[in-house]
Amino acid sequence: MNRITEKILTIVPEAVVGTNGEEIVAIPKESFRKVAEALRYDTEEPMDFLRDIVGMDWGEEGLGTLYYLECTSTYNRITLKTVDHDRENAFLPSVCNLWKTAEIKEREVYDFFGIKFLNNPDMRRIFLREDWKGYPLRKDYDMNSNPLNMENEINADDTDEYFLNPDGKIEGRKNIVFGKEDFVVNIGPQHPSTHGVLRMRTSVEGEDIRRIDPILGYIHRGIEKLSESLTYPQTLAMTDRLDYLSAHQNRHALCMCIEKAAGIEISERAQYIRTIMDELQRIDSHLLFYSCLAMDMGALTPFFYGFREREMILDIMEETTGGRLIQNYNMIGGVQADIHPTFVQKTKEFIIHLRKVIKDYHDIFTGSVIARNRLIGVGVLSREDAISLGTTGGTGRASGWSNDVRKHHPYAMYGKVDFKEITYTEGDSFARYMVRMDEIMESCRIIEQLIDNIPEGEYRVKTKPVIKLPEGIFTSSVETSRGEFDVMIESRGDKSPYRLHYRSTGLPLVHAMDTICRGGKIADLIAIGGTLDFVIPDIDR
Amino acid sequence: MDYYNLQPILLGIDRYMNSIMPGWLVTVLEGLAVGIFIMLMYIILAIILIYMERKVCAAFQCRIGPNRVGGKGGLLQVPADVIKMLTKEVITLKNSDKFLYGLAPFLVIMASILTFSCLPWNKGGEVLHMNIGIFFVLAASSIGVLGILLAGWSSNSKYSLIGAIRSGAMIISYELSIGISVLTMVVISGTMDIQGIVESQAGAWNIFRGHIPAIAAFIIYLIAGNAEANRAPFDLAEAEQELTAGYHTEYSGIHFGFFYLAEYLNLFITSGIATTLFLGGWMPLHIAGLDGFNAVMDYIPGFIWFIGKTFFIVFLLMWIRWSFPRLRIDQVLALEWKYLMPTSLVILIVMTICKVYGLIF
Amino acid sequence: MEVKKRTSIMSMKYEEFKNNDYLEEMVRQLNMDGAGIILGTLDELINWGRSNSLWSLTFGTSCCAIEFMALGAARYDMARFGFEVTRNSPRQADMIMVLGTITYRMAPVLKRLYDQMAEPKYVVAVGGCTISGGPFIKSYHVVNGIDKIIPVDVYIPGCPPRPEAFYYGMMQLQRKVKVQKFLGGINRKERKPEETEYVENTSAENKSENGRHE
Repeated sequence: MNRITEKILTIVPEAVVGTNGEEIVAIPKESFRKVAEALRYDTEEPMDFLRDIVGMDWGEEGLGTLYYLECTSTYNRITLKTVDHDRENAFLPSVCNLWKTAEIKEREVYDFFGIKFLNNPDMRRIFLREDWKGYPLRKDYDMNSNPLNMENEINADDTDEYFLNPDGKIEGRKNIVFGKEDFVVNIGPQHPSTHGVLRMRTSVEGEDIRRIDPILGYIHRGIEKLSESLTYPQTLAMTDRLDYLSAHQNRHALCMCIEKAAGIEISERAQYIRTIMDELQRIDSHLLFYSCLAMDMGALTPFFYGFREREMILDIMEETTGGRLIQNYNMIGGVQADIHPTFVQKTKEFIIHLRKVIKDYHDIFTGSVIARNRLIGVGVLSREDAISLGTTGGTGRASGWSNDVRKHHPYAMYGKVDFKEITYTEGDSFARYMVRMDEIMESCRIIEQLIDNIPEGEYRVKTKPVIKLPEGIFTSSVETSRGEFDVMIESRGDKSPYRLHYRSTGLPLVHAMDTICRGGKIADLIAIGGTLDFVIPDIDR
Repeated sequence: MDYYNLQPILLGIDRYMNSIMPGWLVTVLEGLAVGIFIMLMYIILAIILIYMERKVCAAFQCRIGPNRVGGKGGLLQVPADVIKMLTKEVITLKNSDKFLYGLAPFLVIMASILTFSCLPWNKGGEVLHMNIGIFFVLAASSIGVLGILLAGWSSNSKYSLIGAIRSGAMIISYELSIGISVLTMVVISGTMDIQGIVESQAGAWNIFRGHIPAIAAFIIYLIAGNAEANRAPFDLAEAEQELTAGYHTEYSGIHFGFFYLAEYLNLFITSGIATTLFLGGWMPLHIAGLDGFNAVMDYIPGFIWFIGKTFFIVFLLMWIRWSFPRLRIDQVLALEWKYLMPTSLVILIVMTICKVYGLIF
Repeated sequence: MEVKKRTSIMSMKYEEFKNNDYLEEMVRQLNMDGAGIILGTLDELINWGRSNSLWSLTFGTSCCAIEFMALGAARYDMARFGFEVTRNSPRQADMIMVLGTITYRMAPVLKRLYDQMAEPKYVVAVGGCTISGGPFIKSYHVVNGIDKIIPVDVYIPGCPPRPEAFYYGMMQLQRKVKVQKFLGGINRKERKPEETEYVENTSAENKSENGRHE
């Protein structure tokens, strides 16, 4: 039992420390706020990064949530749990004034489970239509209760807020998002620069942005719910379709989580292959980032440059995995197939080639006066905001928040290779851009250290076709191309998960849009969106 | 040097027609013939320019570009696009100002054709000839922005409106720089007559005669002209990645085709005027003292000189378009009001001083 | 005198298209009545123009959109075949490539985009998700096939389809455009009940054919 757990027990003696799977501290909902505040403002080890809020339906026990917290200085983690037994009218205290990211994560929990958060100013549906009936991730949800509705959706201009009035009753009030005087422009869902089907209702004054209200869910496919009826090997198929530009890494996370829970040891060869593939995927994703950012800003030629090199990576990956975009390569117990005989040589050649052409990239785009003017000093995100909003990955690192999972919670081969965590302190669009460009070179370094030393051995441990995990809650986290990606599995000992949750890397980024873009121009909105580098199917899941 | 002067032939035709039919009929027929000629040239040039743009941008982007439609090299790609656009439905919007909505594309194309007809193709080969020709070009080209503004306003779409307002703010600003750099050249040539400006460059092109101030004015003209033609990095009004298609978001079929044509022709006109003012129009390259060389140059017809120089500038502008990211609206306006306009004023003064003290060649 | 319709494409031999049954059926129906030489020739010219200048609407919802971007990029370069630009405004687009899953929330938007497009307009359903719901067929929020919402001209199966498969589907669309009637007949009028049946048959056929090829 570590120091934080002891501290919680001194504040709330009735807290229960569960050790089923991973350590989780269950706190009664009445004293939850007190504990959260104490942890957030702890003098020695403030838990200032809220990794995720996971809604849960524990059936008889009631509805509840799991809070994954992390300290940004010591990187210690802790998981809190709180439950409301009243399934019909579930209320939990909001923590959105402690961690800003809770604003949108609590909306997600409300949308899926119907748990209302007291004092969260924005309790609207987030992924589902506003006229949706029921809460789909509850166990008692009728899958046929919402047929396809072809009527155009009308979005309310105000939000619901629930609060506890002094005499202990729960009341609701409305908060206005857009007033009558606002000139609201709809950016999306069909828009070339929203990187998918994000919709941003943007209130503008001339060219200046006053407020952005992201509307999500246009590609919400219910992957988490679907996974509950699939066996563990089957659930792997969905991960590639979350963030398709981090297909390997997502799948890596889920495989790691299942392997950890089932106690499967992975051969070193598989670990090497996974790490190399992860890094190739990262280069692939960052090249696409470069291409799309340039295109968003109106420079079309760099787009083609980025794609030219990206095709080379796809060739390398295709030879080994058989897929271009979605590879389905990682399996429980290793990887699906051994690497192609020419893989090592081609990868090495590619890295040599990339180091040469990256100079062209910088010449045509980074060095361009217009690009620099458009990016430097635009869309500044402070370190505090970055942590509070939970913007992991390159976005956080550009603000000086060292948050690389590969460095601080090493997995696979990352503990054994030497690489630098790229951080900038400016926090502007240019820093976000440069973080990614530098990470390409850093990924090259990682691959170079590994590629010649791939040990002989099995690429895959034989596993049974039906895998049953022991009871408990298991998590794993990886650094995908755009941030921290966590997998949370609650197992009840069956062949399929009781609940499977993915931490969306993009959701905090989209949430941060409003903070970053305010006061900027419409053109900045597009450039900032480009540098934040989100992938919508990963947000909506 | 008058081997290719078109004036005698044209005057001959005119005289012959006058001798066989009444005067008013001659005027009508000639007007019709010239009108059809301009329209045809307009369409043909637009097709050539669009094809050129596609091939040029493909070359910059390590692609091949259109190469299947109509045999090798995709020569018939653009005609296919034109046929498609001609037969595509023209959508009328329910909540738009129908009259203005319909008028806007015609205003844009009209402004473009008016300016187009002022270009000096050859000696004696201009369509509209007046002694304040360059002034007329400036005036006519500014009708175009009216079309863009109306298109954005009448579409009843927010993207269109933002695009139109951007375009209005930008084009009106950049017209100042264009005007001043044109004035600089008028100073050096001493006339506003387009043919006169070309004739005055018989000894050497203006860009050589005016040396440093002329080169500076040329650069400013290119920047401002690029903005005037609404092309990247100044394509804020269209801004595909921001406003989907800007002021013409709601236009379909041939109405959209008009905007599309006008965009390319404006590029040609901008380059054509630049050629006229700075690179001697149809005037062959003459180097003082090298009479033999000059005589050889004179054997190349004027219209080839003009088209060659113009396409060279078109290529320069395409190069710029495919290399740079787009500017932001405040940067665009700051560039004009803080840098280009003051600079071009200084250049105008310097040029006047040079002219007065005979410091030009 | 009559003009007979053909369905050839410059860059691809007729024999290389493996599933031509429904196209041939369309050609047969079209040729049944025949057309005058002037109208017929004009019609061919127009169809030639249209089929070689299919500008796509950028409508990417998910994974397939990235492959579509790869299709436009240097290696696959779809501009070669007349798919020169993608238009961002539905008014100016000729076809809508539905790239990725369509969810319940997106469905009305897709329908609206389709309605906003100017005639003639074509729909290509790309990827397993748009054809049937794909891996998400059992989900509570995924439309099981966009043919429930808008009429589909060509289906391209795959998850996501390879760029080569994209080409095959897009060229199949080009051939389909070539056998349409513009003059001397109405291009795409409201279908009579018996016609609707026929169309449904062919589209189902096409779908299963494509499925087999995969």
